[in-house]
Amino acid sequence: MSEATALKHQFDDLEQQKESSTMGMWIFLATEIMFFGGMFTAYTMYRYLYPEAFGEASRHMNVLVGTINTAVLICSSLTMALGVRAAQLGEKRMVTRLLLATMFLGLVFLALKGYEYHEHWVDQMAPGFNYAMVGQHPREIELLFCFYFIMTGMHALHMVIGECLLTHLVIQNHRGDFSAGYYSPVDVVGLYWHFVDLVWIFLFPLLYLIGQHVEK
Amino acid sequence: MSGEVDALYIFLLVVSGIMTVAIFLAVTVFAVKYRRRSPDEIPKPFAGSLLLETTWSVVPFLVMLVMCAWGAKVYFDNSVPPKGALEIYVVGHQWMWKLQHPEGQREINELHVPTGRPIKLTMATEDVIHSFFIPAFRIKKDVVPGRYSDIWFQATKPGNYHLFCAEYCGNSHSAMIGWIHVMEPADYERWLSGPGGMGSMASVGERLFQQMGCSTCHRFDVQGRCPNLTGLYGRSVELKDGRTVIANDSYIRESILNPKAKIVYGFDNIMPTFQGQISEEGVLQLIAYIKSLSKSDRGTNVQ
Amino acid sequence: MSATPLVNPNEQASIEKPNYLNAEHSIKSWLMTTDHKRIAILYLISITLFFFLGGLFAVLIRIELLTPVGDLVSSDMYNRLFTMHGIIMVFLFLVPSIPAVLGNFVIPMMIGARDLAFPKINLLSWYLYMAGGIFTLYAVVAGGVDTGWTFYTPYSSTYSNSYVLSAATGVFIAGFSSILTGLNFIVSIHKMRAPGLTWGKLPLFIWSLYGTSLIQVLGTPVLAITLTLLGIERFAHVGIFDPALGGDPVLFQHMFWFYSHPAVYIMILPGMGVVSEVVACFARKNVFGYGFVAGSSIAIAVLGFLVWGHHLFVSGQSIYAGMVFSVLSYFVAVPSAIKVFNWTATLHRGSISYDTPMLYAFGFIGLFTIGGLTGLFLASLGFDVHVTDTYFVIAHFHYVMVGGMVMAYLGGIHFWWPKISGRMYPEGWAKLAALTVFLGFNLTFFPQFILGYLGMPRRYHAYPPEFQVLNVMSTAGASILAVGYLMPLIYLIWSIKYGRRAPANPWGARGLEWETSSPPPTYNFEETPIVTEDTFKYSREEVEVV
Repeated sequence: MSEATALKHQFDDLEQQKESSTMGMWIFLATEIMFFGGMFTAYTMYRYLYPEAFGEASRHMNVLVGTINTAVLICSSLTMALGVRAAQLGEKRMVTRLLLATMFLGLVFLALKGYEYHEHWVDQMAPGFNYAMVGQHPREIELLFCFYFIMTGMHALHMVIGECLLTHLVIQNHRGDFSAGYYSPVDVVGLYWHFVDLVWIFLFPLLYLIGQHVEK
Repeated sequence: MSGEVDALYIFLLVVSGIMTVAIFLAVTVFAVKYRRRSPDEIPKPFAGSLLLETTWSVVPFLVMLVMCAWGAKVYFDNSVPPKGALEIYVVGHQWMWKLQHPEGQREINELHVPTGRPIKLTMATEDVIHSFFIPAFRIKKDVVPGRYSDIWFQATKPGNYHLFCAEYCGNSHSAMIGWIHVMEPADYERWLSGPGGMGSMASVGERLFQQMGCSTCHRFDVQGRCPNLTGLYGRSVELKDGRTVIANDSYIRESILNPKAKIVYGFDNIMPTFQGQISEEGVLQLIAYIKSLSKSDRGTNVQ
Repeated sequence: MSATPLVNPNEQASIEKPNYLNAEHSIKSWLMTTDHKRIAILYLISITLFFFLGGLFAVLIRIELLTPVGDLVSSDMYNRLFTMHGIIMVFLFLVPSIPAVLGNFVIPMMIGARDLAFPKINLLSWYLYMAGGIFTLYAVVAGGVDTGWTFYTPYSSTYSNSYVLSAATGVFIAGFSSILTGLNFIVSIHKMRAPGLTWGKLPLFIWSLYGTSLIQVLGTPVLAITLTLLGIERFAHVGIFDPALGGDPVLFQHMFWFYSHPAVYIMILPGMGVVSEVVACFARKNVFGYGFVAGSSIAIAVLGFLVWGHHLFVSGQSIYAGMVFSVLSYFVAVPSAIKVFNWTATLHRGSISYDTPMLYAFGFIGLFTIGGLTGLFLASLGFDVHVTDTYFVIAHFHYVMVGGMVMAYLGGIHFWWPKISGRMYPEGWAKLAALTVFLGFNLTFFPQFILGYLGMPRRYHAYPPEFQVLNVMSTAGASILAVGYLMPLIYLIWSIKYGRRAPANPWGARGLEWETSSPPPTYNFEETPIVTEDTFKYSREEVEVV
């Protein structure tokens, strides 16, 4: 696609188009912050109410897998950022490679997350469906596991959407839609991908680490 | 109490009335006086006026602060029940109000109270949120599951007053209504001694205390495996984790339903939860009993 | 007579000139359109359907309340009626009304653009809106929802035996429609303005929709997550808000009102914007204190996020929290008051005509004043305890949302109707309808203030007999109001075929939307306009600074 056909009818020039789509994504991310913010608020309130129970629950998390996943996601952010850079420079093959690398790392994350979910299921720690927790605070731990599944589940859903967006980008790039003058879809999806990583950076300590020091 | 709220109401009404009339008058007068007289008439433009803008922002705001402060004062005064109030226990249920006097009289959707004495209601709900609303006394309070709400009033004139549930609670929400019967103190005494009681709340609670097996661990003669409850009510209690709490209704309720939440210093948690085994009414009766242990030394004679 | 041409000259002119309505005719050209004007028409049709559906429920509610005993419908049915009335009117009519119909139609023209920044996303919002509507309709058809539009837990999550999940899904999806509309508006207003159209020259309608969009974008996701948590709790039987399982039902109320109070401003700010435009046009004057009116829209949007706790004065939140929320609620009253004062001052020494949109604007100013001032009653802690959850609250928010927003919506529809349809509506009928709506509205809702003060709780299917007289008055008013709402439906549809052809600028209004033809061509302008003058410059004279 040439630069002229990339320009949509409602815009005067590509500059205006690029600024608009970037701004649109930033506003969308503000929306996402409020969406996750609601969950974080509810989480914070219950953590404040039941600190021991939440500490106990966090000891049931697989910190090793969580840590590996954190590293995987940070690496995927790097490949994404390099991908945007490559798109800026118009290096088509490099863009494809980096986007595929990002997708691969994303899939690794999702696979490990799925493994963790499986572990929790086997351990009967899935509230509402397969929950048989005993211990000092079974009710409150169930509540924390609710939040664990909702928050990481929402995050994983965002990862899946990210994977779809990346697939679309790879196809577009393969078709030769992008050039050094027009690469704003890569830029915008990059913003989204970094945001999703960032959510995990908050989720990991809140769910896995924060309660580890609470005495039994 | 209704007098204070009404005074506030009249103030709000007068101020808003003046504002409404002023704006209606201004709009009407301008609309008539400056009506378009010829189709090509173009009025002189005005940009605005900082002075006017400041005036009509600041002055109304100051008036509003009076509304706010006055409202807050009435609210604060009405939120703390005075000492020595007559305590009545209320349990909301889909779709009825169950009320219980300390002397043991139980009522459904009706409440008899004497004039001239503050009445404090301690309220719980068995299911969803309800709201206890007596329009004539200008009081209302949501009854939220999982906690106690309280509210108080002092009736001045004998008569019958509406009781409503004000928070939507399902199918027969509009049938969750009743009457408050305000009586002269002498009539109230007569009513209390009438039929309907099953012994005082505390004595019912005492029976429950035996039936549920509480007395096997919470002993009064020697130090049992669990804390001695004599004189507990209203005292401050030192907990295992270092915190100190006041033993009030909510604390006792929590300790019965979720004993692990707050463990007394020097004890282990061996008490099972009574969640689901005892009704909110039963909890209130136990509390009444435990409360009675602080008022006399009766408890030491048990066992 | 033989000289009369077969086609009258107006007609001929329109045949020659292509516009967005006659550009293409297939159904696909409507359903797959990305033209903001056509999308506005799609919204207009769909929200009108929902408005009359919600209105039908209101009629049944009012008829039921004619007598103190529940005789028309069962209490269970009554609970479903008011719930569906609330859900449909709030989420499927009021929230999208002015933004999605009038905003969609005029914003790009007002800023001199060919379309919104994201036309496809705009179409997607309409589809999301329809999907949300279908889920909600499914809940209605399957048997209804009985939780009240507020979905309070634990009733909604555990006790209700109705179609909560379906209705909540509908609201959730419609919420995303609202988010995307807001996002589109914000970006368009920032990035798509015509050369010379600086922030200080923007029409006040744009400012008000900018404020609205901020709330849509930042508030709606919180509603989305709240309903998600509610849905999960109901579906999986876990205890997020259920005290029996360690949750807190009041947390739900906090999260719900964190969106739903700002949402009240989604339901009034756009109306304020319409009134600013209409008052300026029919008084032929620039709006008095432009900067203050524009700034107050943003102030309302921002402060609106800080006052949700005033819905919880009797729910057992701390009395100090109550105090803070009470003060903040008075803060948000100031920018609303500024607007009313400035509109009134605009009328001063104007040249005022009484065309239909202006009648609605007068109605708006009066009814919003009453609605706003009774808000001050409710923000006062001591008094709120008595009247919260009674008909006083019902009357208050209907004065704001129906007396305010619906009046402004109808005013705006009449104001821009010549632009939208290319036709004039019958002025006499329109004036009569405006008067009918005003009278019917007051008769319906004023008695409810008194009912509330006397203590009649809201959501009551049956009530003590002493409240009957006022309820009968209210029902009588509602029937007048219903006639008032049906009249525009009939004569506006009539005007599409038989109305006089509208010139480009029938009101002598300012603003770029009036500079293009009626109805406008597909891309709005032949060429991008360049703005040199203030939007509200009605006079050639220089503006006098007082």
